[in-house]
Amino acid sequence: MSADSIRETVTKIYEDINSQSLEKGDVLINTLHAIQDHYGNFIPIEAAEVLKELTGTPLSKIYEVLTFYTMFSTHRRGKYVIRICKSLPCHVTGGQEVVDALKNSLEISFGETTGDGLFTLEETSCLGLCGVSPVMMINDEAYGNLTKERVSEIIDSIVSRERGE
Amino acid sequence: MSKPITVLVSIDSNSLLLGARHYKNYLASLVEKYNLGSIVDVLETGSFGDYGKGVLFLVLPENTVYSVKSEVDVEKIVLEHLLKGRIARELVVEDFSTEGPVEAKSTTIEERVVLRNAGSIDPRNIEEYIALNGYQGLAKAFRMEPRAVIEEIKKSGLRGRGGAGFPTGLKWEFTQKVDSPDKYVICNADEGEPGTFKDRLIMEGDPHSVIEGMVVAGYAVGASKGYIYIRGEYFESVASLRRAISQAYEYGLLGASILGTDFSFDLSVRLGAGAYVCGEETALIESIEGKSGRPRLKPPYPPVSGLYNKPTVVNNVETFACVPPIIDKGANWFKAIGTKSSAGTKVYSLCGNLVKRGIVEVPMGTTVADLVYKFGGGIPDGRAVKMVQTGGAAGTFIKPEELGAPLDFDSFKNSGASLGSGVILAIDETHCAVDVAKNLMEFFAHESCGKCSPCREGTHIIVHILNEFSKGRGTRELFDQLYDVADTMEDSSFCGLGQAVPVPLRSILDRFKDEFLAHVDTLQCPVGICKFDKKKKKR
Repeated sequence: MSADSIRETVTKIYEDINSQSLEKGDVLINTLHAIQDHYGNFIPIEAAEVLKELTGTPLSKIYEVLTFYTMFSTHRRGKYVIRICKSLPCHVTGGQEVVDALKNSLEISFGETTGDGLFTLEETSCLGLCGVSPVMMINDEAYGNLTKERVSEIIDSIVSRERGE
Repeated sequence: MSKPITVLVSIDSNSLLLGARHYKNYLASLVEKYNLGSIVDVLETGSFGDYGKGVLFLVLPENTVYSVKSEVDVEKIVLEHLLKGRIARELVVEDFSTEGPVEAKSTTIEERVVLRNAGSIDPRNIEEYIALNGYQGLAKAFRMEPRAVIEEIKKSGLRGRGGAGFPTGLKWEFTQKVDSPDKYVICNADEGEPGTFKDRLIMEGDPHSVIEGMVVAGYAVGASKGYIYIRGEYFESVASLRRAISQAYEYGLLGASILGTDFSFDLSVRLGAGAYVCGEETALIESIEGKSGRPRLKPPYPPVSGLYNKPTVVNNVETFACVPPIIDKGANWFKAIGTKSSAGTKVYSLCGNLVKRGIVEVPMGTTVADLVYKFGGGIPDGRAVKMVQTGGAAGTFIKPEELGAPLDFDSFKNSGASLGSGVILAIDETHCAVDVAKNLMEFFAHESCGKCSPCREGTHIIVHILNEFSKGRGTRELFDQLYDVADTMEDSSFCGLGQAVPVPLRSILDRFKDEFLAHVDTLQCPVGICKFDKKKKKR
């Protein structure tokens, strides 16, 4: 991932998204989402430099945005980012047991990535899926009515799928 | 709908998790296998509201609702109902309350204003919305003076559904009165209040009702641009709104010269990125402007100086969805529903330890008890309810003996039960009040944006103290200190987030003081949830 290729990619993404702009500066967060999706779960810090030139926004402001929002990461995360809901509706329907099961089966804690680079575990606030709590999201896919057994099944199926490929 | 039989499959993010898409595809493949394609339509629709019974199939014209939990169930419906015309009794949802055929008591019948179309139309098809009087309210608004539109909304008594309950018409009037060439309309779809998932289901089940409400608002206040700010985690809602917006442009309901008038309105989706505080309207505005979501000092308020310091109307998803039927059917129709102070209906998110979790729309003034027992089906496994948190994370906890409280915008004042964003979170007797409070306060500590110290430090102090209680190190002094921190936060926090934290905290401390102090006096957690580090000697 050279600086030139990042420049090219980020410029292309920005120009594409900027077509939805109604006012100057109103597409920064949408752009960051798209950059993160492109690189898979993280935003290379060099992208901020490119965005500074493209948007005229000071670098400090872009860094601030990058680090303020929990969905963005400037560090490379696992191929699968697991976001487990820690809010009360999940907590009272067995959420803690699911959190413990995840930590045990992945052998990592919040904010950490497994040694094989497959999973990063993050805690999230309410995902608005409380009708089927406890819930988690793995990348953009949601899983509900979780139990510790279901969690192990889900993780195992991803692991075996990855190993099979 | 040209074919004689229609099967509607509830597809929304909650149903998807139960395998809705898979069952729908399986159904479609069976319809093809049995050559039923010419007489059976399989369509996707929004939420029917209840998830306790698996994925729901609604078969028309019989109006039969089936609960589907496996491929075998799908097969049974095809073989029995679609092929042989016999109702597959064992799969029928008998007490389904939103459709006609069931004999339900009047108190368990929903009244759907906001969710009028969710679950009966294909949200991906603008023509189905239009066929059910969609965009009629907008057409009618265009025949009225903008001032008259605002008067109608004022007369209807519509108040903001996001939690604060500010009169919508008044808000619009403030913006309308400011003389500015640029004004904006923003839909706050940053639904982050724990336990709330109504906006998600409105956006996924009937996105055009939100768009129509926003265009009416734009016309009324003189704004030509609008944004829908949706949580970054709501992938389905974002896709639903983007699809609906592009269809609305195609049909001339957005863009230049809408419906042949000289009114133009552009609308675009903006994403959040995981910050609860962005639900606060000025933080949300900062976020759209491409900044970190920290709230602004108020006043000035957004209706006068909001996005790019221009007059801006910010309303919740559910509020906008109320607007089209109010214009279409008139203020008096809306006012006749609900209570004196709070007109209309409210969409509730039922969650926690309930038999039936999901969304339900009922008139304002419905009691918590009805929501918990009649719509929510009570507490599972014969357990007793210990407390119900109403209104969301910033709402109050109430005890079983207080469940008779009717919920509306005045209920906090009258009975201590907040309406908030319409959350009914039931918590059963197996949970500990200290543990519940700790979990809730950890949420606020995590979501405090850090701008002001009362909130940034206050939330952490509260979590620290609650942690002491849960480890067996609580004292009466610490218990009192929680109230002190609450007072400080209420008096001096910069925005609504910090000011709201004391509301749930005090409500649980007041009501469960005995349980908190039992952690101190008896040196154990009465429910056995808190695991104490080590026993300390009693003084």
